[in-house]
Amino acid sequence: MAEAVTAPGTLRTVLSDARLVAAKDLRLELRSRVGISQVLPFALLVVLLFAFALDPDRRVLGAATPGLYWMVVLFSSVLAVGRSFGVEAEDGVLDGLRLSGLSPAGIYLGKVGALLVELLVLDLVLALAVVVFYGTDISGPVLLAAVVGTATVGIAAAGGAYGGLTARMRGRDTLLPLLLLPLLAPVLIGGTRGVEVALGRDAGPGWPWVGLLGIFALVYLTLGTLMFRPLLEDA
Amino acid sequence: MAPVVHLQQAVALIGRFPALAGVDLDVDAGEVVLLRGPNGAGKTTLLRACAGLVPVVSGTATVLGCDLVADRGAVRRRVGLLGHATHLDDDLSVTENVDFWSQAAGATRADGRAALERLEVATRLYDLPVRALSAGQRRRVSLAAVLARRPELWLLDEPHAGLDAAGRDVVDGLMAEAASVGATVLFASHELDRAEAVARRTVVIAGGAVQDDEVGEGHDG
Repeated sequence: MAEAVTAPGTLRTVLSDARLVAAKDLRLELRSRVGISQVLPFALLVVLLFAFALDPDRRVLGAATPGLYWMVVLFSSVLAVGRSFGVEAEDGVLDGLRLSGLSPAGIYLGKVGALLVELLVLDLVLALAVVVFYGTDISGPVLLAAVVGTATVGIAAAGGAYGGLTARMRGRDTLLPLLLLPLLAPVLIGGTRGVEVALGRDAGPGWPWVGLLGIFALVYLTLGTLMFRPLLEDA
Repeated sequence: MAPVVHLQQAVALIGRFPALAGVDLDVDAGEVVLLRGPNGAGKTTLLRACAGLVPVVSGTATVLGCDLVADRGAVRRRVGLLGHATHLDDDLSVTENVDFWSQAAGATRADGRAALERLEVATRLYDLPVRALSAGQRRRVSLAAVLARRPELWLLDEPHAGLDAAGRDVVDGLMAEAASVGATVLFASHELDRAEAVARRTVVIAGGAVQDDEVGEGHDG
């Protein structure tokens, strides 16, 4: 059998492994419906609670909308990342992945790919919720999509790395946000500034923020791809 | 020919505890070897170390020609490990699970289906989520995922656990078949009557080391 297996590590193998893992994770999410029935309602609830808390002064709510949006995205992302790796910790699936012959880089990129799809759906629903509940006007939809897309790649990339690290640790549910949220502070800052411009709250240029978020995403993706093997061993 | 498993004064730690405290063991291709010993003797750790999951920190450890001390990752794709865990995703169906592990190992879906048939998993269960299966059925599906990989070295930890009589017979047949095609089987069991009928050689483990090595009348390739 070993002879028939493609050597791990080549780009083609990595991408093929990533596709296999991403398809499995997305199928798992569709079957379990945890994202739709728990993560998404949580995110919508927080958006609604912020509206209740700040509604007496619509100016404050309007000014805070970009930051609130990203805070909700980050908290919900922690749940999604925890869920994505939590299922691997059940019944030795993580050991199965280590034994599988899949390249660690492929496993990482597959997990990130599936997370990215889930988080983009979350982003979209939350953006609609913000428009409806906060009465927000979007003046730069293309810029908004670019900011949200690149920031979400960064979140998924960092989440994939730290999710792998904490997957089998005791207290991973509390450890993951402690490790992940500080790492995502640059995404929060860049994302908030970019969305402020896209919503017309800031007259400055928005695309440099997209570039900055793109650099963060690239750095996190590169580090995650290179470091996932030792992370998987230590998990 | 070099042994498939060659351990010399192999030491493996679980935390700071030396779960393997200087194991000496050679297993040749086609052998079916039973590991027996009391709970906590180090049988599971030995199997996991041979699979490259537990690091061997000192001594010599070579499995299928791979040096486990230098790079324990290289051997993993060539072994099949059935541990206490099943490695199955509860929310995926039987076929989705077996398909995934088969394809991950470079095998095909057809290999996965053939393995399910060999393990006599009823076809009516194929589309059910694994969470709906009994412990014995899960064990069969997990074994099918191992079989689909066609490993060169089978590492089975309590392979009869949770199985009914028919399932136990299937597992015994599977081990004999693996040995007959040149694969090697190392398995741990507390069901000595059954296990000693399958294995020609019994290695007794206690205190993280080999205490005895007996040759009986079981299967060999």
